[in-house]
Amino acid sequence: MTTSWFKYASPATFYPLAGKMIPWFAGVAGLLAVVGLVIGLVIAPTDATQGDSYRIIFIHVPAAWMSMFLYAVMAGWSAAALGFNTRLSAMMAQAIAPTGALMTFIALWTGAFWGRPTWGTYWAWDARMTSELILLFLYLGIIALRNSIDDPRRADRACAVLALTGVVNIPIIYFSVYWWNTLHQGSSVSFTRAPTMAAIMLTGMLVMAFAAWFYAIAATLVRVRTIIVERERGAAWVAALREVRNA
Amino acid sequence: MSEFFAMHGYAFYVWSAYGVTALAIAIEIRALRARRRAVLEEARLVQPDTPAMTGEAAE
Repeated sequence: MTTSWFKYASPATFYPLAGKMIPWFAGVAGLLAVVGLVIGLVIAPTDATQGDSYRIIFIHVPAAWMSMFLYAVMAGWSAAALGFNTRLSAMMAQAIAPTGALMTFIALWTGAFWGRPTWGTYWAWDARMTSELILLFLYLGIIALRNSIDDPRRADRACAVLALTGVVNIPIIYFSVYWWNTLHQGSSVSFTRAPTMAAIMLTGMLVMAFAAWFYAIAATLVRVRTIIVERERGAAWVAALREVRNA
Repeated sequence: MSEFFAMHGYAFYVWSAYGVTALAIAIEIRALRARRRAVLEEARLVQPDTPAMTGEAAE
């Protein structure tokens, strides 16, 4: 039982499996993005109060969701890395950070360009925006910390501790719109009540959210494979890989 | 068509958001490709099962 559980925790086993999954996740991401963009930019009607500026929602909300979700997943892998001392868990955490930073940047950038026409400002030190900016600094800090430590296993542990400490920021981002009455509005979509937006707009946003999800999985898998080759180079199985022999 | 790009006067905001998002994703994809090529090339140059192995597998 335990053997099968940890079978895919071996980089040598996971590497080819990830390679097989990447085209599927990338393909689905591309397909969903096309559908989502057509719905968001063409089919969904102009908003009665915000005009066409609201169309930024189709990238802003999915990116913001992913920025928080990826951090939680990264922290989960970090906890596994510390608890089980499995190298692959730490590699997964390492692989997620840059895509998490990318999603956070997109959320902040698109938020600024949505905030200007609707609130009259690109930026405010609002609770939601500030905690999301801290999230970007957490991602960048974790990447910088790794780059500053030569021994990868020590870097794994240090980054895992930093990632787990930063988890406290995730509920702060999520609940910031309820805890502090600053600029950013509450959520338009919730599990507990009917959405406050038109069905076609909601559909476009959810399709784009799934596109972002599949893209993030594909990008993380590509990156984790690179990390595996980098950290396992010198192992016979890496040297035997066709892509290494032909590189 | 030009009406579509005009976004009823919000073109600057909408396309700044969408354009930079597309650019950022394109940069990540290019960086991933470049990094993968470099790492595979490095791995090829390392001879396996020799005392001078590098990386964690050598530990």
